[in-house]
Amino acid sequence: MNKKLHISDAYLILVLLLMYLPIFVVIVYSFNGSKLSTVWGGFSFQWYRNLIHNSQLMQCLKNSLILAFLSCSVSAVVGTIGAVGITRIRWRTRGFLESVCIIPIMIPEIILGMVFLAFFSFLGMKFGMLTLVIAHTAFCIPYIFMMVKARLAGMDSSLEDAALDLGAPPVRVFLDITLPLITPAVLSGTLLAFAMSLDDVVISFFVTGPNTNTLPVKIFSQMKTGVTPEINALCTLMLAATFLIVILSRLISKKFK
Amino acid sequence: MKKRSRAWICVLPLYIFTIFFVAVPLVYVIVLSLLSRDVTWGVTGKFTLSNYARIFESSYLNVFKQSLTVAFLTTLITSLIGYPFGYFMARLPKKRRSIVMTFVIVPFWTNALVRIYGWIILLRSQGLLNSVLQIIGIVSEPLKILYTLPAVIIGMVYSLLPFMIFAVYSSAEKMDFSLVDAARDLGAGRIKAFWTITFRCTLPGLLSGFVLVFVPSIGLFFISDLLGGGKIMLVGNLIQNQLLTSRDWPFGAALSVVMMIMTLFVIWIYRRITRVKDLEGLL
Repeated sequence: MNKKLHISDAYLILVLLLMYLPIFVVIVYSFNGSKLSTVWGGFSFQWYRNLIHNSQLMQCLKNSLILAFLSCSVSAVVGTIGAVGITRIRWRTRGFLESVCIIPIMIPEIILGMVFLAFFSFLGMKFGMLTLVIAHTAFCIPYIFMMVKARLAGMDSSLEDAALDLGAPPVRVFLDITLPLITPAVLSGTLLAFAMSLDDVVISFFVTGPNTNTLPVKIFSQMKTGVTPEINALCTLMLAATFLIVILSRLISKKFK
Repeated sequence: MKKRSRAWICVLPLYIFTIFFVAVPLVYVIVLSLLSRDVTWGVTGKFTLSNYARIFESSYLNVFKQSLTVAFLTTLITSLIGYPFGYFMARLPKKRRSIVMTFVIVPFWTNALVRIYGWIILLRSQGLLNSVLQIIGIVSEPLKILYTLPAVIIGMVYSLLPFMIFAVYSSAEKMDFSLVDAARDLGAGRIKAFWTITFRCTLPGLLSGFVLVFVPSIGLFFISDLLGGGKIMLVGNLIQNQLLTSRDWPFGAALSVVMMIMTLFVIWIYRRITRVKDLEGLL
């Protein structure tokens, strides 16, 4: 038995190492003093310094953060109260709505991107932050909605019933009982949505305006034309940010368990 | 009764958003796919099926064929790597399981471009992999991997592997492993016990993994763009070209509708087989 466990451990470690290999490569090269990525030119912080002074990239970073923040806030509210509400209504359209609502994360991203591109131009909307926020909200809602719904399904509803029987108004029941119980699901759903919004290339690529590049779209276009080592530095910083978000979300779910 | 009467206020924003920004745009694209293209730019109001007929031209059919090949290979390789991983992970003691889980989530949540970029550095002809291979003496000439089909598949497998791992893990975690012991006690061999119990119990997860890997792999155009160097054309690249380069939106819409139908078909089959509505391990 013991020996068998060792083989499986070795397998897990091997796959994890392969998973992290390209990530380590990016981190190591971000400290490379040479401009050529094929040569090792000694340890240096040069690209990080350049990065801070690259106002274009910094502007994209700002756009990405604003976008992720706006779309996550909207979807957290809409997704959460939507999930709470949908378990309480008996409308015939309920199942249909649920299926349509999660379509954005079921179909390939490129279709969603194309759908929004076509629809927004049909409406004559100017491509920019507004179109980005709508598109990102569309694929952020399902993550939060599904997480909250799953949590509600596993919840004891007698607490809410008791409060209602004792005469508490529904809003109060929601704020005092339901919300605290579903908070972990709301938080981890929102963090996931945040990460997905920061990560998104495909959908943003289609709905971004000429003056509002998001960071991933900018990186994509730079990667196609030829990479500067600053991108390495930027990627490393993004990795660090992701790592923090993951740790945070793991801590949240652990704390509430 | 009172509780129910207020609930509609809660679902209203969700209803409005979903109808306006998901349902209506989808319907619009279906309509668009049935219109004909104007000579220069834009569309005319004339109804036509020619956009769909064009898909059957051999050059476009080849794109679909190549795309499906990539998707099948990606799904096959991710299941071969991800199935044991998800299974072993579920069998770890609780504390170590949580650590491994965190290690899988980090790359999953990390920007896809960052990870693809790492592969470019690794695979280029003067890249790390070739340097190592040459130093060891396995190859004398640098291998040309970047900008070929294998590079695209490596990128796809790498990006989509976590989906497979989570899907398999979530069904393996729910499995009652005492069933395996019972089967062994009753005289089943190791392989038979695995096949009749473990495999059956984790099948929904594996199937869900198939869907979660297969569907996105048709559309991830930036991976074939960056690792295939524009030589590997997938349906995703074709749609992107039609939209942004050729400016033939009706044809792009028709391609999207076909892809959407393919996606829904895959999900429908999954539901028929497993009789489960939600995909295992999606979140």
